[in-house]
Amino acid sequence: MMETWYVRTGNETYKKMTKFWGKLFLINFALGVVTGIVQEFQFGMNWSEYSRFVGDIFGAPLAVEALVAFFLESTFLGVWVFGWDRLPKKVHLLSIWLVAISSNLSALWILIANSFMQEPVGYILRNGRAEMTDFLALITNPHVFYQFPHTVLSGFVTAAFFVMGISAFHLLKKNHLDVFRRSFHIAVIFGLISAFGVAGVGHLQGMHLVQAQPMKMAAAEAHWETENPAGLLLYASIDEQGQKNNSELKIPALLSFLSYNSFTGEVKGIHELQAAAVKQYGPGNYVPPVTSLFWSFRIMLTAGVWLLLIALVGLYFYKTNRLEQKAWFLKIVLWTIPVPYIANTTGWYLAEVGRQPWIVYGLQKVEAGVSSSVSAVSMLIALVGFTLIYAALALAGVYLFIKVIKKGPEEASPEETLKSRIKGASLWT
Amino acid sequence: MDLNILWFILITVLFVGFFFLEGFDFGVGILLPFLGKNDKERRIIINTIGPHWDGNEVWLITAGGAMFAAFPNWYATLFSGFFLALFLVLVAVIIRGVAFEFRSSDSSPRWRGTWDWMIFTGSFLSALLWGVAMTNLLRGVPIDAKMHYVGTFFDLLSPYAIVGGLATLFVFIFHGALYLSLKTTGEMAERASKAAQSTGLLAILVILLLAGLTYLQTDLFLSHGAGITLIASGVALILANVLIRFRKVGWAFVTNGLTILLFTVSLFWGIFPRVMVSSLNAEWSLNIYNASSSPYTLKIMTIIALTMVPIVLLYQGWTYWVFRKRVTEKDLHY
Ligand code: HDD
Ligand code: HEM
Ligand code: HEM
Repeated sequence: MMETWYVRTGNETYKKMTKFWGKLFLINFALGVVTGIVQEFQFGMNWSEYSRFVGDIFGAPLAVEALVAFFLESTFLGVWVFGWDRLPKKVHLLSIWLVAISSNLSALWILIANSFMQEPVGYILRNGRAEMTDFLALITNPHVFYQFPHTVLSGFVTAAFFVMGISAFHLLKKNHLDVFRRSFHIAVIFGLISAFGVAGVGHLQGMHLVQAQPMKMAAAEAHWETENPAGLLLYASIDEQGQKNNSELKIPALLSFLSYNSFTGEVKGIHELQAAAVKQYGPGNYVPPVTSLFWSFRIMLTAGVWLLLIALVGLYFYKTNRLEQKAWFLKIVLWTIPVPYIANTTGWYLAEVGRQPWIVYGLQKVEAGVSSSVSAVSMLIALVGFTLIYAALALAGVYLFIKVIKKGPEEASPEETLKSRIKGASLWT
Repeated sequence: MDLNILWFILITVLFVGFFFLEGFDFGVGILLPFLGKNDKERRIIINTIGPHWDGNEVWLITAGGAMFAAFPNWYATLFSGFFLALFLVLVAVIIRGVAFEFRSSDSSPRWRGTWDWMIFTGSFLSALLWGVAMTNLLRGVPIDAKMHYVGTFFDLLSPYAIVGGLATLFVFIFHGALYLSLKTTGEMAERASKAAQSTGLLAILVILLLAGLTYLQTDLFLSHGAGITLIASGVALILANVLIRFRKVGWAFVTNGLTILLFTVSLFWGIFPRVMVSSLNAEWSLNIYNASSSPYTLKIMTIIALTMVPIVLLYQGWTYWVFRKRVTEKDLHY
């Protein structure tokens, strides 16, 4: 968007903004690319039985993602980074838009794959595996309609609050006021809309899940007994062994409302669902870890409300021209940067762990999906290895982020450019 | 044509694309510490592949995705069987990829030195390991009746596989040197061309050795097509060496590209119609039928692939056109 403004208005401030945020984006991007490749390989490496079982279906969206999205994304990112001086402005602008579009496409296809694990559709069990019978059903999986917007919007929220936070930091320091005022303005509007969207879609998603994966939602609510109308717990001290809550703080009928948009309606409890699952799938424990799901859901919800508030207040202060006087508020905005990351993590925790014990909901359990030919030692080596490498990269990434952020946008004064050329200190700018 | 065969060919094409394109990236990465005498020169070297390496890597990602979609059992057996080898490949991919983007963001020599070293190590490991993996695919590995790999990591490191690794290593270095002398100017291009002349000879030696061992250890030559293709790839390599001595850098690069293409084709042709050869019992090998997806999935994927691949080729080609100029010191400031 910033570059679009630059191309349309010719205002150099927007170019400076684009380059500054672009640099941060590239650091992130590098980490995204390499960890993504690990993700694609690890299905075969760690989960080969799972891959055999669902490959007929699951492989397709992954292959399409590579063909449709990754090629586009990586190719045009290269064009964008190296093309500032070689391409007409408009073509250069088009290339970053293509990158943006394709990363959303990539999210769409990967979530189509993930949605199959959450809510299998368009398949038949044949030849000892799940085979695809309806590609259209796969890509129009109802689960995708919630998961995709929720995840993408949460990405938008994360980005918006990142930009707001860094802008707040520089506004506090009174650096490059023009750049960061404009950045804040774009981000706060974008963040507000996205935060509304995330919360709204999240609510719809919750309603859908009460139908599609009632056990997940019951666990996330520590909702042991079936009730009508059902209340929403704000706090609970959960006894997982005894399968009950020792103490709780409940708002009557709110859970029914969140599930059905009406203050009456039966919400099934864990006990009833467990009994039903045993009847359907045979003996076993079908209850995911309740305590951690309960709290991760609460953390995400609190984050959602908090982000909405910050965005609203931020926009209000901006519009009334009081933003820069409110140092306390800018500090809060700065410290809100981690909040969306926490919400993302707890959200994925809820989605993935809430699906336990299933790897593909209702079809295959996690134990059955593991690679039988890989020794525990090998897995351990890889796990420790990846953890160490990721930790090192995370440190290097954060170090760079902080450095680039502190330095702020490049001043495009002629001497500076000359100096950096002579030193050969060629940054991406 | 039957769709199983079509997908086998498509995966071969993706690997050809990956080895051809990423091959010179690996070579350039390996040559980095040898040809780049100072920071500026190293920057020039990296910038010759800067706009392309990520797009090139996607050929591998797509090959993996295509395997998963079209031949899930191949994907599952290969990836779980070669677990630790692939772990190393991934480590190489990670440190290399991150190094390209991170190195320039801080100008302290220690920071840059560290990342340069990672680019070298990552490229070196990758170039070596891909040869090891490919030759194991050809020679066969212990696979039981249930399509499970039952060997260990060290079974993958037979002398034959190591020669295979050295073969890709030297062919890629040669490829990278040719690419560099094509994309740079002046003294740098001169140095790269010298490097090409010496590494090219080494590449010939290893490829000859590999061809001999292949004759003794595998059934590749039973398929005449695969045998002839392998010999043709050796001939192309020799031709590329001759061409570089006559300073026909562009032609040498193209001819060596042909070497890589023919070499890869020959390996895949050699295993066809199997996809994973079992060294325990020929009956237990995976082939394009018992490892494949259902006909329905193959049909859907075919439609998608046949529409998307030409489009991808078009725009990737376009980027090479946009960045066709040689990289000089003047181009360092973006
Ligand atoms: C909601 C977003 C999202 C989610 C849930 C995932 N990804 Fe991703 N992925 C992206 C969003 C994304 C991205 C933002 O689009 C990236 C980051 C850098 C890039 O190239 O695209 C990416 C990169 C990326 C790459 C590298 C592409 C390249 O080289 O350009 C691969 C192979 C994958 N991903 C594969 C996966 C797999 C197998 C996942 C699940 C297990 C997954 N991603 C989850
Ligand atoms: C950033 C996002 C993600 C996070 C934080 C995350 C987290 C998790 C967690 C906590 C588990 C449970 C491990 C266990 O209890 O065994 C898991 C499992 C898994 N997830 Fe994800 N996940 C993410 C994205 C995805 C996506 C997008 C996919 C699909 C493409 C996916 C596929 C899997 C698979 C195959 C497993 C293994 C089976 C299982 O244990 O359920 N994950 N993930
Ligand atoms: C108050 C607002 C919110 C509600 C009602 C809500 C609701 C939900 C629900 C029900 C799920 C589970 C989906 C599943 O299991 O498939 C979920 C998942 C998730 N949430 Fe939220 N959420 C809210 C706010 C947020 C915020 C602010 C973020 C991040 C910025 C976020 C990020 C995620 C992510 C990444 C997932 C996992 C992916 C998915 O399954 O869609 N959520 N959310």
